[in-house]
Amino acid sequence: MKEFQKGKMVPMPSTALIPERDLGKIPVLECIHVGIEFGGLKAVEDFNFTIGKTEIAGLIGPNGAGKTTVFNLLTRVYTPTHGTIMIDGQDTKGKTTVQLSKMGVARTFQNIRLFSDMTVEDNVRVGLHNRMKYTTASGILRLPSYWKKEKESHERAMELLSIFDMQDMAGLKAGNLPYGAQRRLEIVRALATEPKLLLLDEPAAGMNPNETGELMENIVKIRDEFQIAVLLIEHDMKLVMGICEGICVLNFGKIIAKGTAEEIQSNPEVIKAYLGNNSMEG
Amino acid sequence: MEFLSYLISGLSLGSVYAIIALGYTMVYGIAKMLNFAHGDVIMVGGYISYIAVSYMGLPGWVSVIAAMVVCTVLGVLIEGLAYKPLRAATSLAVLITAIGVSYFLQNSALLIWGANFKTYPSVISGTLNLFDNRLSIPYVSMLTVVVCIVIMVGLTLFTSKTKMGKAMRACSEDKGAAQLMGINVNRTISVTFAIGSALAAIAGVLLCSSFPILKPTTGSMPGIKAFTAAVFGGIGSIPGAFLGGLLLGVIESFAKAYISTQLANTVVFAVLIIVLLVRPAGLLGKYVPEKV
Repeated sequence: MKEFQKGKMVPMPSTALIPERDLGKIPVLECIHVGIEFGGLKAVEDFNFTIGKTEIAGLIGPNGAGKTTVFNLLTRVYTPTHGTIMIDGQDTKGKTTVQLSKMGVARTFQNIRLFSDMTVEDNVRVGLHNRMKYTTASGILRLPSYWKKEKESHERAMELLSIFDMQDMAGLKAGNLPYGAQRRLEIVRALATEPKLLLLDEPAAGMNPNETGELMENIVKIRDEFQIAVLLIEHDMKLVMGICEGICVLNFGKIIAKGTAEEIQSNPEVIKAYLGNNSMEG
Repeated sequence: MEFLSYLISGLSLGSVYAIIALGYTMVYGIAKMLNFAHGDVIMVGGYISYIAVSYMGLPGWVSVIAAMVVCTVLGVLIEGLAYKPLRAATSLAVLITAIGVSYFLQNSALLIWGANFKTYPSVISGTLNLFDNRLSIPYVSMLTVVVCIVIMVGLTLFTSKTKMGKAMRACSEDKGAAQLMGINVNRTISVTFAIGSALAAIAGVLLCSSFPILKPTTGSMPGIKAFTAAVFGGIGSIPGAFLGGLLLGVIESFAKAYISTQLANTVVFAVLIIVLLVRPAGLLGKYVPEKV
């Protein structure tokens, strides 16, 4: 089964939710029968999901459906008890969180987790950690290679911050930024790790409609510029329906529907999950 | 003139406390644990340096390097064998383990080197006499203060300017997020222990050069005082450890001189209690409310 799946080209857009431009390419993420149990509780069960190279996909579902658990599985914060997760055609079995970061998975958090005592620039440069190579000795001794790398990483950090016009904030403490800017900084920090798959956990939480609109444009812009895939958890349906090319609906740890925005909106299972099934009795 | 002499010996003692406190504070900042075995690493450093000088006839500076190498290895081993398996355990379990490691080291030293005091040959001897011999400063005091300042500046540069330093600060704020950014948290913690233990070795040599009595429990009292200094300055903060160490040394020295030698420790800890009543997070510490 696993051998067969390895390096498989994406066959059909209808099952894999992959836009046409990604057809024939190895999917960036492939989950095959992934599940995790905590004690006897099946938090996520039989999770089958594929994301194309440059796809923007959405993961939605009621509270407690297991969405963040899926993110934790994808980043190996949790180890799946069942199934296989492939990143860019490579099996992630036995890999650590750090190795997954190197393989190209980066994420943001539902409740912001910046390094709030560090400056904005240093936050981004922590993200650059594995992409900038120099030895600690050359850093302490201030060898020329250190200065060169240091300059490079400064320039790279500024370049990344410019995506959101945040260069002016580079010297500020991250914890002192306004809320919206902190959310944007988290995305920049994740991008600094040069991901192939960017996971956004409720990126629009606490944003006003204007900011959400800007965020939508920015997510699409990031996808286009960096040519990466984005998977986002979001409760703001305007955002999800507006930019996600494929949507996966989770309820009680199981996928209850997959499809495009239109398909999801008219799916009776989804309506039931969100509204309950005794609405007729009222 | 007497005042100046007490001040200088206080600064010298304080510098030793500061160097030890840096080890406590860095480990606490990153691993969020109190490494009570840190004081005993100092003792091991002292013995290694003693052996290198007395038995092997090596020059003082070589003995310092030997002590640093052995203590670094020891620190990384302690972390890897005793603390790493407890990464997910409660902080109380880790604390008890640290106390256990501390007794293990003390008793191993007792077994290996015996209970007899060893007289430590100072790595640097002689005094500088000023004002017609009214003020004499031992060279070792001057060396201690200079070494402490150099270490302090070096560590500050290291944590703010290097990649590893940034990784350390990131880990100290949020290990989970750091890991997801591709930072190897276990390795960062090991490096922290290595640095802390190397500093402990230097502290051991300097301490024994000023107070040349070496026994298996040599490290425990300075260890506790340095821990006090770290809390005094604000645990987790590098400048805090420096300031706390120096202040504690000076207070102790003055208490010995002007109040009573026997009461010196009482005065030191009384000052700690007062500071913590007024500023619970320590002098330079940041008060972080627990998230519910």
